[in-house]
Amino acid sequence: MSASTAAEAPKGIYHLAGSLSKERRWALWTAYISLVFAAIIFLAPPFYMFVTSLKGSGEIASQVGSPWLVRDPTLENYSAILFNPLFQRFMLNSIVITICVVALTMVISILAAFALARMRFFGSQALATGVFLTYLVPDTLLFIPLYQIVGGLGLLNSIWGLILVYPTLTVPFCTWIMIGYFASIPKELDEAALIDGASWSQMLLRIFIPVALPGIIAATIFAFTVSWAAFVYPTAFVTTPDQMPLTIGVVSQLVRADTFAWGQIMAGALVAALPPVVIYAFLMDYYIAGLTAGATKG
Amino acid sequence: MAEVSVRKVVKAYEGNVQAVKGIDLEIADHEFVVLVGPSGCGKSTTLRMIAGLEEITSGEIAIGGTVVNDIPPRDRDIAMVFQNYALYPHMSVYENMAFGLTLRKFPKEEIARRVNNAARILDIETLLERKPKALSGGQRQRVAMGRAIVRDPKVFLFDEPLSNLDAKLRVQMRTEIKKVHQTVRTTTVYVTHDQVEAMTLADRVVVMNHGVIEQVGPPQELYHHPKTRFVAGFIGSPAMNFFPARVENGSGALRVLLPNNIVLPVPADRTARYQGAAGREVIFGIRPEHLTEPKNLDRDNISVFEVTPEVIEPMGMETLVHFWMQGAEICARIDPTTPAEPGRPMELAADLNHMHLIDTESGRVL
Repeated sequence: MSASTAAEAPKGIYHLAGSLSKERRWALWTAYISLVFAAIIFLAPPFYMFVTSLKGSGEIASQVGSPWLVRDPTLENYSAILFNPLFQRFMLNSIVITICVVALTMVISILAAFALARMRFFGSQALATGVFLTYLVPDTLLFIPLYQIVGGLGLLNSIWGLILVYPTLTVPFCTWIMIGYFASIPKELDEAALIDGASWSQMLLRIFIPVALPGIIAATIFAFTVSWAAFVYPTAFVTTPDQMPLTIGVVSQLVRADTFAWGQIMAGALVAALPPVVIYAFLMDYYIAGLTAGATKG
Repeated sequence: MAEVSVRKVVKAYEGNVQAVKGIDLEIADHEFVVLVGPSGCGKSTTLRMIAGLEEITSGEIAIGGTVVNDIPPRDRDIAMVFQNYALYPHMSVYENMAFGLTLRKFPKEEIARRVNNAARILDIETLLERKPKALSGGQRQRVAMGRAIVRDPKVFLFDEPLSNLDAKLRVQMRTEIKKVHQTVRTTTVYVTHDQVEAMTLADRVVVMNHGVIEQVGPPQELYHHPKTRFVAGFIGSPAMNFFPARVENGSGALRVLLPNNIVLPVPADRTARYQGAAGREVIFGIRPEHLTEPKNLDRDNISVFEVTPEVIEPMGMETLVHFWMQGAEICARIDPTTPAEPGRPMELAADLNHMHLIDTESGRVL
C-alpha cells in the first residue's frame, strides 16, 4: 500500500462514522422509543387492573364503550375488601409469613455467607457453589417432595408450614448475594479488626453487617418479594381461608360460585402489590448496589 | 515496648512453595527495623507472621520474650498499619481509633484521652468527627497510624503504608512516621519495597530476597559495605554499576581488568583482601557517585578513562551520565556545571577506594 492511500483510509472511515452529537441523538431516540414501548407493555396490566378496580360491577359487565376508561368511578371495591374480615386475615397472614421468612432468611444467609466468604475451611468453595446450585432447582419441582416433608411434620394447611418452606427458595440466593458482598469487603478490614481485638462474632456484628448494609438490604428485598408473592407453595400447601396469604386468598375466596367479583379481585391485587412497590421505590438504589457488588472485583 | 525475635522461621504454602526459608532476626526494644526487598521476597509474609495473620510452618516468633506461635493476633499486643489503610468505612475517625480500646473495654475517659492525644501527635484533631471517605489519602494514613498509636502496643507493624500515596505526600508522611517513632519509641517493624524509605526510616535495614535475609545492618553500612551483589544492586538509587572483570597479578601489583581494556590498579590497602581472587573472573561494582569527573576526586587511587555519553539526565543538584560498556549500561554522576553532551567524549574517573569486587559464583562481595 502506498503512503498516500494509507493516509486516506482513516479519513474515509471517520467520515462514515458521522458526528458525535448525531450518534448521541440517534442513541437517545432508540432508547426512548424502546423504553416507552416496554413501559406500555408492562404498565398496561396494572393500569387495566386499576381502571377495573374503580368500576362498579354493572360497568364491568357492560359491553358499551372502551374498557380502558372509567365512566362512573367508585371506591366501593376498595371499601368492600378492606373491611372484609377475610381479606384482613389474608393480609395479616402475608405480613406474619413475610416477617418470619425475611428474619429467618437473613439470619441464616448472613451467617452462612460470612463463613463461606471469610473463614476458609475444607470444602467451603464447593459448599458456596452448592448453595447457589440449589437455587437453580425450580420450585415447581420441589413442591411435591416438600409437601411430603411438611405433611410429615404436620404443618400442612398452616402458615408455619409456609414459613418453613419459603427459606428453601430465599436462603440460597440471599446467601449468594451476601457472599458476593462480603467478598468485596477488603481482607485487610477483618485483619485490622482481628488485630484490634475483635472476635469472629464481633467482627461480623460491628464491621461486616454495617459495611455490607446495601447488600443486606438487597437480600432483604429479595426475600420479602419471594415470600410476599409466593403462589405455588400456598396453593399446594394451604386449603382453608384462615391460613391463606393474600396471593391465593384474593383469587380463590373472592369468587362466589361461578361469579368473579372482578372489581374486588383487582382492588385486592393492587392493595397486595402495594408494599413491594413502595419498598422498591425507596430502596431501589440499595438493591442495585447490592446486586452488582462483587461484579467488578474477583 | 518489647523486643521481637524471629528464629528459624519457615513459611511454606501448598505445593511446598517456600515464601520464607528459615530466617533469623532479633529486633531490639525501641528499634525501627525496615524489611525491604522486591515483590515476592517474603517481607510481607514475615510481617504477617509476626502479626499472627499467617501461620508459621516451622520456627519460633517471640514478642517481649513470649513465644507467640499459637497466640491469636488480638492477644499479641501489636498494632498494624495496612497499605490500603483498612479504616472501618462506617465509623468516624474517632470511632475508628477507639474501636480497639472499646473492644478491650477501656473506660470512656481513658479512650477519649488516648484518642485525643494521638490526634494531637498526628495533627488530625479537627477530623475526628469525619468518616474515612471524607478524608484524603494522607489523612487516612494518619488515622490508620492513630489507630495503632492509641493502643500503645508492644510492637508497631507497618505493611507498605505509603505505597498508595503520591510522591510528594509519601516524602511528607515518611518524615511523620519517623517523628512519631521518635516520640512514642515503640518497637517498629516496617515493610517496604522502596529502598529510599528503608534507608531514611530505619535504625537497621533487613534486605530480603527469595525468602532469605541477604543482609541486616544500619542503612550506611548496607550502602557502603554490602555483603552480596543483590544488596549492592538493590540499595542505592541510581543503582550500583556492575561490569564483568578479571583480577590479575601484574608486575608485582594487583589490578582489575575491565572491558574496553581499562586497567584499574587495586588500592594498596585492599591488596590483601583481593589477593585470593587473583586470576579469577569477578564482577566489578561501583556506585554512580564514585564514577565522576576527575576534578571531584582526590588524586589517590583514582583511575581516569574516556567515555562517550549516550544520555544526559540533569537532576538539578547533579547530572547523571549514561553510557554503554560491553553491553552494560553504566551510570555516572557529575557536577551539574560540568559541560556534557550526548555523543561527545568526556573524561570520567573511578574512585577505587569505593570499588567492590563480587564473586561471580556465590554473589558475595569479596
